[in-house]
This record gives sequence, C-alpha cells and structure tokens, in this order.
Amino acid sequence: MRIPLAIAAAIVLAAIVAFGAPHVVGDYFVRVLLLIALNSILVLSLSLSNGFTGVFSLGHVGFIGAGAYAAGILSLTVQQKKALLPHLPDLLNWFSLPFLPATLAAGLFAAILAVIVGYPLMRLSGYFVSVATMGFLIIVNVVLINASDFTRGARTFTGVPLATTLPWVIGWLAVTLLVLSRLVYSPFGRRMKAVRDDTIAASAVGISVLRARLLAFVIGAFFAGVGGSLYAHYLGSFSPNTFYFAMTMNLIAMLVLGGMGSLSGAIIGVVCVSILSELLRGFERGFTIGDFTVPALFGASQIVLGFLFILIMIFRPKGIMGDRELTFGLSRRSANHNHKEGKDR
Amino acid sequence: MSQLEYIIQQVINAVSLGSLYALVAVGLSIVFGVLKLTNFAHGDVMMVGAFTTVLLIAAGMPFIPAMICGIAASAIAGFLIERIAYRPIRNAPDVTRLLTSLAVTYILENLGILLFTSSPRNFPLPDILNSSWQLSGGAITFTNINVLTVALTFVSLIGLGWFITRTTIGLGMRAAAEDMQAAQLVGLDVNKVIIVAFVVASAYAGLAGVLWAAQAGVVQPQMGFTPLLKAFVAAIIGGFGSISGALLGGYMLGALEIFIVAFLPDTVVPYRDAIVFALLIAFLLFRPGGLLQPNREIKL
Amino acid sequence: MATADPLLRVDNLEVSFGAVRALKGISLDVREGEVIALVGANGAGKSTTLRSISGLARAKSGTITFAGTVINKRTAPQIVRLGLAHSPEGRRLFGGLSVAENLRLGACTRSDPDGVARDTERMFTLFPILRERWRQLAGTLSGGEQQQLALARALMAAPRLLLLDEPSLGVAPLLVRHIFDALAELKRQGMTMLLVEQNIALALELADRAYVLRTGKVALSGIASELRSDDRVAQAYLGAAE
Repeated sequence: MRIPLAIAAAIVLAAIVAFGAPHVVGDYFVRVLLLIALNSILVLSLSLSNGFTGVFSLGHVGFIGAGAYAAGILSLTVQQKKALLPHLPDLLNWFSLPFLPATLAAGLFAAILAVIVGYPLMRLSGYFVSVATMGFLIIVNVVLINASDFTRGARTFTGVPLATTLPWVIGWLAVTLLVLSRLVYSPFGRRMKAVRDDTIAASAVGISVLRARLLAFVIGAFFAGVGGSLYAHYLGSFSPNTFYFAMTMNLIAMLVLGGMGSLSGAIIGVVCVSILSELLRGFERGFTIGDFTVPALFGASQIVLGFLFILIMIFRPKGIMGDRELTFGLSRRSANHNHKEGKDR
Repeated sequence: MSQLEYIIQQVINAVSLGSLYALVAVGLSIVFGVLKLTNFAHGDVMMVGAFTTVLLIAAGMPFIPAMICGIAASAIAGFLIERIAYRPIRNAPDVTRLLTSLAVTYILENLGILLFTSSPRNFPLPDILNSSWQLSGGAITFTNINVLTVALTFVSLIGLGWFITRTTIGLGMRAAAEDMQAAQLVGLDVNKVIIVAFVVASAYAGLAGVLWAAQAGVVQPQMGFTPLLKAFVAAIIGGFGSISGALLGGYMLGALEIFIVAFLPDTVVPYRDAIVFALLIAFLLFRPGGLLQPNREIKL
Repeated sequence: MATADPLLRVDNLEVSFGAVRALKGISLDVREGEVIALVGANGAGKSTTLRSISGLARAKSGTITFAGTVINKRTAPQIVRLGLAHSPEGRRLFGGLSVAENLRLGACTRSDPDGVARDTERMFTLFPILRERWRQLAGTLSGGEQQQLALARALMAAPRLLLLDEPSLGVAPLLVRHIFDALAELKRQGMTMLLVEQNIALALELADRAYVLRTGKVALSGIASELRSDDRVAQAYLGAAE
C-alpha cells in the first residue's frame, strides 16, 4: 500500500508543529495547541458513534473517565500507590507502567467496557439510546466516587506523572485520524452510514445493525480511553466530576458545531470552540476600557457558547462541515478507492 | 423502636420523596407526550422557581405568595424556552431537539451561576413548616414541609386530572400526545396545545423546585440536575409520555430508593444511584414502554 | 353565481414526496350536495389527493379552492374551521381517550354548545353503538365500531364537505353494509362527500359521480351509474403499471 503524498506531508507538518511549536511560541499557546489536539482526539472518538452511526451516546465521557483512572492507577509509582491507594489489590500495587503502555491499557480497558455496555445498549435507538448511555455515565460516576480503594473516591486523584507533551498528543491525534479515516471511508464505514441513514433499509440488505453500531462504539471507546489517559497525564490530578456532564456538553458542542458526519469537521469544531472559549475566558475575567470597568462575569462564556449552539441547531443543524470533508487533494484517492471496490463486487 | 414503627417511618419517607419525583416526572412526561422531546431544561425551570421564591422571601414576602410567584416565574420561563429555542426546531430530528434542550440547560445553569454564584444559599423556610411531628414517642417523625409536599402533590394532581379530562385544551393535550396529525385534522390549534403543555409542565417544575429546595434547605444553580435525572428514571419506569405513568414511576422510585437506604447493607447504600440507573437501562432494554404501556413498539 | 361554483375545486394539483411524483396534475370538482367517489388501484394517489385537500400534504403546484377560498397554503386546523372535515385512512382515533372525548374533540372548533349537543344526539341515531360505548376507550372498540366513531368525530365538526378515506377498511363485512347505509342516510340529509374507497361496487352505488385515478392522474370520470358498467374502470385497476 502506498502512502499518498498528502498524508506524508501532513505527518511531516504535524511533526514540525509538535516539536517546533514550543521553540517558537510561548507556553500559553503551546498549552492551547495541546488542548486542541487532545480535545480533537476525544471529539473524533465521539464522532464515530454519534456522528457516523447515528447512535447519539451521552455516555462517551464515561469511557474517557474510565481510561483516565485506569491509566492513572497503572502509572503511579509503587511508593505513590502505597501512600495514596493503600487498599489497592495486590494484583495492581507492585508495578508501575510507563506512559505508552499505560495509555494503551487504558484504551483497551475502555474498549472492553464498551463491549459489555454496548452489546445490550446498541439495540436501542433515538432518545432511548441517549438516555440509556446517560445512565451509563451516571453509573460510572457513582462507581468512581465509591470505589475508593481504586480511585480515592470523591477526593482528588493525584500524583499522575505529567507525561503528556505536545508531540505525544499530536502523535496520538495522527494515529486516531489515520485509523478513523481508513475505517469511515471503507466498506465498513459505508455500512455504518447506511445504518445511520436508514436502519430498516440497512438491515433489509443484510447489514448487521448491531454489529456495525457495536464496532463503532467500541473503537470510539478505545480512543476515548486513550484520550482519557492523555488527559490524566496532562492534568496530573483530577476527580470523578472532571469526567461528567460539563465535559460531555463541551465535547458535544464541539462535535455539533463542526459537523457530525465529518472527521475534519470534528477538528474544525474543536478549534472554533477552543479559540472562542479562550477569547471569552479573557472577557469573563473582567476588563477595563478607559474609565469603564466590566466586572468579572463567571459563566458568561458558557452562556455565549450555549446561544451559539442553539443558533447552529436552528440555522445549520448539520454544523459547519455537515457530511463533507476537507480533503486537501485526498478526495481523488478516496474516489478511486470507491471505484475499485465497485468493480470488485 | 419497634419493627413496625421503623417500617411506618420508611413508608412516610418514601411517600414524601416519591411525591417530589412524581411532580418532576409529570412535567417531563407532559412535554415528552406532546412534543416527543426529552426536555433536559426541565430541571433548570425548577431552579428558576426555587430562586424566585427564595429571593421574594428574602425581600419580605410570606412563603405562600412567594411560592406562587415562583411557580409563575417557572411557567413564564417555560413559555419563553418553548418560544425561543424549541419552536424553531420542532420538526427537526430527535437528536437535534435533544441537543437543543441540553444547550438550554447549559445556558440557564450558567446564567444562574452568573447571577447567584454556584455556592448554595439558605432557603428561608418559615418556622411553622420546619416544625416536626413526633409520633410513638419520637419513633416516627415528619415535618410540616413533608406534609405540605404530599398535600400539594395530591391537590395539584387532582387539578391536573380535571384539566386533562374536562377541558378541551386538556383533552387536546392528550390527543396531540397520541397522534399529532389526527389532532390537527379535528381542528386543534397545535401551537396553543404545545404552549399550554409547556406552561403547565413548567408550573409543575416550579412547584417541584420550591418544594425540593425547601426540603433540602438550600438553593443553587445546579439544583435541578439530580431531580431531573431521577425524574427521567421515574417517567420511563411508568411509561414515558403518560401522566399516570409518571405518577406511578415517581412513587415507585421513591419507594425503591428508601428501601435501598433503609433495608440494604451499608456497603450497597452508596451505590443507590447506580442501582437506580441500572434499572433505567433495564427498563429501556426490556420494557421501553414502561409499566403502563407494555406493548409499545421499539425498533432497532 | 353561488350555485354555479362548485363547493370544492381542485385544479391541476401536483404533489411530490422527494423525487417521487405522487400526483401529476389532478383536477376535480365537488358540487354542494354531491357524493363523489375517488377510485383507483393502490398508489394511484387517492389518499394523497385527500391529504392535500385537508392540508396534511403540501401541493407543489395547482390550486385547491373550497367555498370560494384558496386553501393550498392553509394549515389543517384552519381548513377544518372553514368547514371541511377529513376522516383519514386508518381512522386515526385517539385510542387512549373515551368515545365521548373523541367526539368532543371532533367539535373542538365549534362555539355553539347547543348545536354540539344536537349533533351528538344525531350521531346516536346514526350510530347507536356509540351511545352504548360512550365511556369506553376508543382503542378498545372493534374495527367497525372504530370506523363509526371516526365518521362521527369528523361529522361533529359540522362540515360542509366530508372527506372519507377507506371507510370499509378493516371492518367486518356485515358492518360495512351498516356503515354504507349510514353514509346513504347522510347523503339523503344533504351532506356533500368526497369518498375514497377500494370497494368500487359500493362506492359507485353510493356516489353521484366518480373519478378514476391511475398513477397520479385522472384516467376517467363520469356519472357513477354509467361507470359501473364501464370496462375501462376495471382496466384502470389491472393496468396500473401502464
């Protein structure tokens, strides 16, 4: 399989940004860039089920939280485990994993969880699946708060090494994009979209609706777990409520703004919401123009985002990109790809 | 304290908690019935009523008129939400409408934080409502606010029952919930029906919000969140969209929660909410129409 | 002038659902006091015609005039208020509401309580079973009883024109006769009706005139009694693909 020039170029560009940015711009911008890349991974992983298969899950953050805690537990040093998690079972308390294996394990853990949860839930549709997955999120939250032997309960989970750097995140983002784009624009991806657009017709032509949805759900959960680990290693300390409705709302806003059926749309959504939030956050702290002082308005940025969100729902419910992709010349390749498959049939 | 007294006390607790759940769930079910909308903003409409009441009491108004104003404020909030946010997307796909209601929640909660900060405020309940009744030498206790909650729940539900069986617009609400197109064919003004449904549901949210906050003793911008989630469970257990179902579901959920707390081992009690939401998932999977609509179809 | 103008005039009506052209230019008229049958094979566009007249489906082009008012752009409730009631295919009763409540909603556009009470009594003479089932939920009635309730519900609006979609569908044969007797009685009382019916024999027996639809167009029209012996009517059913 040949790697198209555009992908190679994108990888080189990403590498330059990843390693070069810290030397060129200040810490603040590196932080914003890192968060954009990190949120992109999370929103991309969300788009697989919510955008491409039409199963609108409200429980995705449950997988992110599960991944964050799993990775956190695995990568604490043995001494830290003794101090912070004295009741951790023997199986887990004698070793400490480096960043990469801990992250992979977190992804795997989230994926296994998704198989267990998704096998029954992916039979549901419409608002049923949204409410049921919301139930899953709440259950994860309750378990994180109460399984204090593993999670320190409602107290802050702390001591996770700050290993998440820009190159790591950009690298994982590249992997996520590569895997998802190959998946979404493959015959399986077309099956997923068929399930979304017309469930009855899809099952009538022999597509297994459950299998298509479950696979999307599980792969999405894997990258959510990975993203959770990156988040944990970025924050260093967090609590169960870090991974709850506020984060859910944030990710959904990004996904919906960008366009639910588009990978590049997901990233565009993240970039727009992130930049907007940063700008509004400055506004929120209060500022002075001449003699006129605007006091701090906490919550104002969320209110603006909320109104923006409603306007999008009313006037452009498919988001900025809808189902289209920004391809940078890659479209010919995917067109050829489809054509070849047509002939194989 | 005898076994019997303990059980009576738990029944009182269950009825009191169940009344609150039923009040919230009835409002949710009215909106879902007519619009097929899972209205996440319902919890924030509760918050509007509770805050209005607290502010008016703080300004010197007695409890009952303040509560009535709080209910009215909730009704107005519901009217505005329908008008501004929900009407333009009334015919949009389920997901779009669900997301819009999430956005409304997000706005209202943050508006609450902006105006009142996220720290809880005291609910200035009059002493007479705080005073408690002691029966069997203190083995059974309950306060006047418990009594008021149950009484107002019953009175308001009798009123609702009259409204939906005796008035044309109330009948229209039930008809529109069953078949919106047929309702239009008999000449019902659907807009009017939807507005009335929203106002009635929001007034219920207001009443529930005031009583919830009065029982909790505090108000805060996120106060509607937990009752909303519980009411979802209650409404779905009973049969989403059915008013009597919401009632049944509310009291059953109240009873279940009290049962878990009162009779199950201490190691299980912290997982109460996990059990409740597992029950929700089980209902969605095996009996999506709830207890009262066992034959409702569900498609993959 | 009023006597010359038909009560309902449909002029070159076109309706599409996405890329599917359901009606390709239908014209018909219904005069005061007439019963008109609309017959044709499945998918010929009979129900769609009724649905666009009553405001449930939107016309792509053409005009629909009822009692001198163009009603293309009116909503279904507005059209009911003008005096046009539609008893839809599949009856579409409110199954969780009682017979009494269904009839009350049928009259929800009216503000004359005395007239409503009179019409309710009229429904009891027309459909005596409704009096027996008065407090029962509509969903628990038999198919034939439901059809009678659906007719009564539409009549409670005191319409000048009644659209009927498949009144014999899902009704036991014995009751079909009963329902058509009631329709004949309505006709005798002067009710104007536009009737869609699969059972051509029954429809042509009741109607004054008929239109035969084929794949979204009027294939044939004329006096009902003459069409009864016309071979082309049967062809319109069998040769639907052509």
